[in-house]
Amino acid sequence: MKLTAQLTYGLIACILLVSAPHADHLPIWVSAECGALLLWRAYLARSGKALPPRWLLLGITVLSVMAIAATFRSLFGREVGVTLLILLSTLKLLELKAVRDATIVVYLSCFIIITNFFYSQSIPTALFMLATLLVILATWVHLQTGTLAFKPRLRIGGILLLQAIPLSLILFVLFPRVQGPLWGLPQDAYASSGLSDTMSPGTMSKLSLNDAVAFRVTFDTAAPSRDRMYWRGPVLWDFDGTTWKRGRNPTTLEGVVEDTGMPLSYAVTLEPHNKRWLFALDMPNKLSIKHRLTPDFQLLSDKPVNARIRYQADSFLSYRANPDELPRQLQRALALPRGLNPQTQELAESWRTSHPNDDAAIVREVLRHFNQGGYVYTLEPPLLGANGIDEFLFQTKQGFCEHYAGSFVYLLRAAGVPARVVTGYQGGEYNALGDYYILRQADAHAWAEVWLGERGWVRYDPTAAIAPARIESGLSAAVSNPASLPFMARNPPAWLRELRFNWDAMANQWNQWVLGYDNETQFAFLTRLGMEDISWQKMALNMLAGIFTLVGVFTLLLLRRLVVRQTDPVQTVWLKLCRKLEKAGLPRKVHEGPQDYAARVIATHPEIAADMNDLATRYVALRYQASHDDTALSAFKHAVSAFKL
Amino acid sequence: MTEALKNVINQTEQVILGKPQQIRLALTCLLARGHLLIEDMPGVGKTTLAHVLSATLGLQFQRIQFTSDMLPADILGVSIYQRESGDFKFHAGPIFSQMILADEVNRATPKTQSALLEAMEEHQVTSEGETRPLPSPFFVIATQNPTNQIGTFPLPESQLDRFMMRIQLGYPDAIAERGLLSGVDRRDLIAELKPQMQTSELFELQAQVRKVFVSPALLDYVQAILRHTRESARFVHGLSPRAGLSLLAAARAWALLAGRDAVIPEDVQAVLPGVASHRLQSVHDTQASDGEKLARELIEAVAIP
Repeated sequence: MKLTAQLTYGLIACILLVSAPHADHLPIWVSAECGALLLWRAYLARSGKALPPRWLLLGITVLSVMAIAATFRSLFGREVGVTLLILLSTLKLLELKAVRDATIVVYLSCFIIITNFFYSQSIPTALFMLATLLVILATWVHLQTGTLAFKPRLRIGGILLLQAIPLSLILFVLFPRVQGPLWGLPQDAYASSGLSDTMSPGTMSKLSLNDAVAFRVTFDTAAPSRDRMYWRGPVLWDFDGTTWKRGRNPTTLEGVVEDTGMPLSYAVTLEPHNKRWLFALDMPNKLSIKHRLTPDFQLLSDKPVNARIRYQADSFLSYRANPDELPRQLQRALALPRGLNPQTQELAESWRTSHPNDDAAIVREVLRHFNQGGYVYTLEPPLLGANGIDEFLFQTKQGFCEHYAGSFVYLLRAAGVPARVVTGYQGGEYNALGDYYILRQADAHAWAEVWLGERGWVRYDPTAAIAPARIESGLSAAVSNPASLPFMARNPPAWLRELRFNWDAMANQWNQWVLGYDNETQFAFLTRLGMEDISWQKMALNMLAGIFTLVGVFTLLLLRRLVVRQTDPVQTVWLKLCRKLEKAGLPRKVHEGPQDYAARVIATHPEIAADMNDLATRYVALRYQASHDDTALSAFKHAVSAFKL
Repeated sequence: MTEALKNVINQTEQVILGKPQQIRLALTCLLARGHLLIEDMPGVGKTTLAHVLSATLGLQFQRIQFTSDMLPADILGVSIYQRESGDFKFHAGPIFSQMILADEVNRATPKTQSALLEAMEEHQVTSEGETRPLPSPFFVIATQNPTNQIGTFPLPESQLDRFMMRIQLGYPDAIAERGLLSGVDRRDLIAELKPQMQTSELFELQAQVRKVFVSPALLDYVQAILRHTRESARFVHGLSPRAGLSLLAAARAWALLAGRDAVIPEDVQAVLPGVASHRLQSVHDTQASDGEKLARELIEAVAIP
């Protein structure tokens, strides 16, 4: 068969559609080269000119591969593999000679579809790939049938796709799951942003522009009020004048909480962020997955979170944390860089002299200072120099949470009160549809903890002293210029909010049931379905049995269609009449024609002769005579419905 | 159905008593432009039927009695040297007639048989390099004695296929036989018969047969029958495409005789024994005479789609 221009366009479309989403992370020259090659191929198909000679193709291929090797400094790994695959598939289009080449392109397109899921597993990606698969199937049908028009091709492709759905459902539900990502190369983990383990001016305000979901929370019991929802992340001790760092804990002892109330239980679905920490409400108590609790109450996973995980957590909202803190830890909580920020130092020492033995009073002084000192809460604070704290506290007076938390801790330390910065997320947006809370990167927050002797570590949020709205109702309420916020963090109109909740609820279901369908979910699901004693062997057996049954059913249906012509509407009505008569003890023989049957029926039931003859005549007229109008069929239908024996 | 056709049937039934079905089948065959093979014992009225039909339809009639020493020229004709003019003149054989009764066709040698059958198929005769058309309409009624009789050359399947139908007359029932025995001599009756139809009317009817409507549903049924004969293990071989065409043509004619303008499954079933019985052979029993039974089995085995 000769490959027509039409078919070539289809193949170009296949490659274009499967590669297009990759453009976003391919080296720019690869995207450009692929685009140019596709255009060239389309031009050749349109003009009917000869394909490039073999030596030219070979040259382009060798050069391209060398360029890829130079760009990536390797020819191995996922990124390189995907890039090579796309480039070579595009080149393959330039040597379409026989049906075999076209078939290869179709299969390659299917394969490249899968690679898209390395980078995004969202619903839009899945839908787009489904549409792409439809185009590929239609092209494949074109290749097989040759002459079919576009619409029937698409229809056959659609039917194929629909037929594949039950099969893929069986495979999806029953295929034994492997724990952990299949391609566990660390640098290949999902690109993501999130809290880092350092904090300097700008860290948080930059994050607040990020709309991405950090994690979702479902409370088993009633959710606490928003101003009590502090999701604890990295705790920062060491300050070098501009940046707060975690430093090293001198002990491996776990933190101790006392005088707790009832624990609050909830489930967290954490997006991958490539760091080891896990988030839980202040103060975390128990976690359902393997973790470590540091002396400063950080939850650490045993390996970086590079896939979405879900865990169950317990927290105490009222507590006394580490009232017997180690002296070495208290030393760390007082350390300051020397010779910086003299004004701040002076202010702190003045408070210390007025309250020589009352740490709590100093804390109150600091908060009062923030509250009444003319400070502004803004996303776009001015840049700060070497004596950043001084500049902020006495000149600019504009800052975001990291400025307030940092200078708060600095002031306290300067006054001799042990304090540390805690970062994490604050609040959360309630999605009533799915009954869960969404925490976005924009909800990232920094606050402080002060050690007050036997009261232990007490949480203070200086931001609340300046912009209480931030804590009570979220960022958009607190910032004076909402236009600078990401779109979704502003206060959108109600319908948009609704739409967004719907979408997020759907995305959450998708995450939990499709992407998060790991071996544990699978186990839980299958147990709920009533499958007992689940081993992977059993699952595999069930899966194979399911596939064979399904394919068998499809085969039978197809064969049936080949053997038995589908009954036409006239015959359906006639068969209905035959069933009525059969119930009266007069079954029609399979080979009995309408007139013979009518005659036989009349012979035993002469009283219905008129009706029976009329029906038989109508049937013969509809089924065997040349022309009849549409009303005849409905009249026949009515007559059969009305017929009684 | 036209008045003339009714009269044809009535008049024939007055002479041939108790065989309305066979008369209709013979007429069907004629209207569908096929040829008829009648297979039965001698003396059951095969010749009489042919006579009556030709007389009633006003067709030119010739009877050829086949014997074992017959040559093709005896049927087709021969060129004879003319002393006066000094050239050869073709003397047309008995086959140049509108209706032929080929009596006891299985008594002739295969060579002679095939001469007849080729003429039937081609509607023309080629003799000594010259092709001569046969008259129109051209209708052959061949009779055949049951093949178990002595001194016969049974027609091979390939030749049988050229007959649209094979029917059997059988013995008359008691009432018919009584009428036959007590009535006037049949030969006298035939002599008194008047043609009921013009040849042009016959052509008209033959043209009408071709216009009888066949719906896709009916074609499904015909195909199901053909497929069954080819797939079933009951038959030595299935029905040929020519048999399928014959079946459809005969069913059309039968529908016309019944006064319908479209074929229904009953029409197909009515003509099927006639059309299929000489073409089907059971794998279990090679007796040719049970073709009728086989055809009945076939009807009952195929569901009407």
